[in-house]
Amino acid sequence: MIAPKRVLTDEMVAKIEALAPRYPNRRALTLPALHIVNAELRHVPLEAVVEIAQVLGLAPAEVQDTLTFYQFFHQEKPHGTVRAFVCRSVSCALRGGDHLLEHLCKKNGVEPYGTTPDGSLTIEPAECLGACDFAPCILANDDLLKNMTPEAAEAELKKPRARAT
Amino acid sequence: MTPFKPVLLEAVGVPDGHSIASYKSRGGYAPLEKVLAEKQPVDVVEMVKSSGLRGRGGAGFSTGLKWTFLPKDHPGPIYLCVNADESEPGTFNNRILMEDDPHQVIEGIILSSYATRASTAYIYLRYEYPQSWHRLQAAIDEAYAAGYLGKNIRGTTFSLDIYLHRGAAAYICGEETGLIESLEGKRAWPRIKPPFPAIEGLFRKPTVVNNIETMACVAQIARRGVDWFKSIGVPADPANPRDPGSYGPKLYCLSGHVEKPGCYEAPLGITARQLIDQFGGGVWKGRKAKAVIPGGISMGLMTESELDTPLDFAGPGKVGCLGLGTAAVVVIDDETSIVDFLHNSCRFFAHESCGQCTPCREGTSWSLRMLERIKAGQGRLRDLDLLLEIGTTMGMMPGSTICGLADGAAWPIKNAIKKFRGEFEDYIKRTNPSGWMVTDPVPALQIVGAH
Repeated sequence: MIAPKRVLTDEMVAKIEALAPRYPNRRALTLPALHIVNAELRHVPLEAVVEIAQVLGLAPAEVQDTLTFYQFFHQEKPHGTVRAFVCRSVSCALRGGDHLLEHLCKKNGVEPYGTTPDGSLTIEPAECLGACDFAPCILANDDLLKNMTPEAAEAELKKPRARAT
Repeated sequence: MTPFKPVLLEAVGVPDGHSIASYKSRGGYAPLEKVLAEKQPVDVVEMVKSSGLRGRGGAGFSTGLKWTFLPKDHPGPIYLCVNADESEPGTFNNRILMEDDPHQVIEGIILSSYATRASTAYIYLRYEYPQSWHRLQAAIDEAYAAGYLGKNIRGTTFSLDIYLHRGAAAYICGEETGLIESLEGKRAWPRIKPPFPAIEGLFRKPTVVNNIETMACVAQIARRGVDWFKSIGVPADPANPRDPGSYGPKLYCLSGHVEKPGCYEAPLGITARQLIDQFGGGVWKGRKAKAVIPGGISMGLMTESELDTPLDFAGPGKVGCLGLGTAAVVVIDDETSIVDFLHNSCRFFAHESCGQCTPCREGTSWSLRMLERIKAGQGRLRDLDLLLEIGTTMGMMPGSTICGLADGAAWPIKNAIKKFRGEFEDYIKRTNPSGWMVTDPVPALQIVGAH
């Protein structure tokens, strides 16, 4: 019996199951399942980890083990409706990436990896976003923000954006 | 010399160039149809082997030879994993290929799967490329609808499914066995080899892992022939029987302090200086280059006087760099502090070390701590020797780690300190006038945001 206060919706489970024929075992569904849940909930709480493990026939520890490796899925609380990855690797750093990150954190009153109190924005340092031709750059949800100045980035991150896929 | 015409980047700037109609109008998929009608898998392996194609992901191993390591007459399944976890700082050529010409990649994957007898191919795509994700998925759907994917392709017994699998922002997933572990749903800890993936890889089955650009090259070799491919690049050195040569076109990613950053296609063997001047419009703001990364940050640094080094598989090694890597050229101008550069490099590797092997986990994090301290004006000359000691003892080459991440972390440290020692010493003496000569152990500073 699944507890009534389930975190995973039937829709999420259906999306996970739809991918099952792609892999010869269910453990390989771990990362896709985490992405499916994270796309909806903007975090993967421990309850969701337990439920993913039930769906995949794994121990919760196995799912949690994989999840923590990536430092990508928030667990405590959802990330902002806009999640901005600010690149700080070499090509962006040479063109002001570190300054950009610092500026955005200061203007929004958050520490790196932090979320604004209204839940609208999370700012995270990122390693190379693979858009060095547009350095310095930011990935905000699914949108690549190119050749960002601190002022332009500040304005861009105030805009509402479609959910990350 | 006849002017070189881009082939891999042919679709860039073409309206709707990413569609199957555009790809076919440029001659795409006709080579695949011909191969399926006329050639056996072994012929395709032979074609790629004789072309001299070396893997474009960084290691530069012969692609055809890699395929021959698969067991003969294996009952299957055999898997092809396509490495699109492009995460090496400075590198974005795979992104351009996936976004602007996904069918070129897919045709290469189909040909490679046919050659290796794989019936399932997974594209392991990094999370940070949502546009590539959408373009590739749309192209895969088109290829299914056109009958290039699925069961009994073009009436043959060959069947193939391609699945996209998304990573979650971890550099180590670009290491081929880290990628395999990640795809299996585990932490992406690289495996001890042997067994190599060709014998026991994904889901413990024979597996080939190839890069996106390698796949595009396979498609072009099938279309234009082995002789065409071998007419480009740097032939094998006759004096060195172990040199397989550097054949074919290559995508060079140019970024950092240049006027026109971008992804440019050139014959293997172009020099860094030619690339910067002819494609990049020179170093930005009329400045001079202080140093140049030849192929992604883990390859180390070339000095200004080394910029005439040809960027083929053998070139960067001749000036003390690790190799050609991903051919991502990052220019650092003469107003940039090399201390800042090395701090950035150490921060990257400390963040991305997977933590499995102690020398890498500790080596990368302590090198970052030392650079933090040097940057903060508490460096000592002795730190440079300590950093070099870390640099020479962690990695596959000294034999202390499972994968090459630590070698990539070590090379910028070694190159920067050996080639720019004077600048480091000046910086340390200037910023720590009372303590630069101290040799006693000192406590580390608190690091903000290393993890």
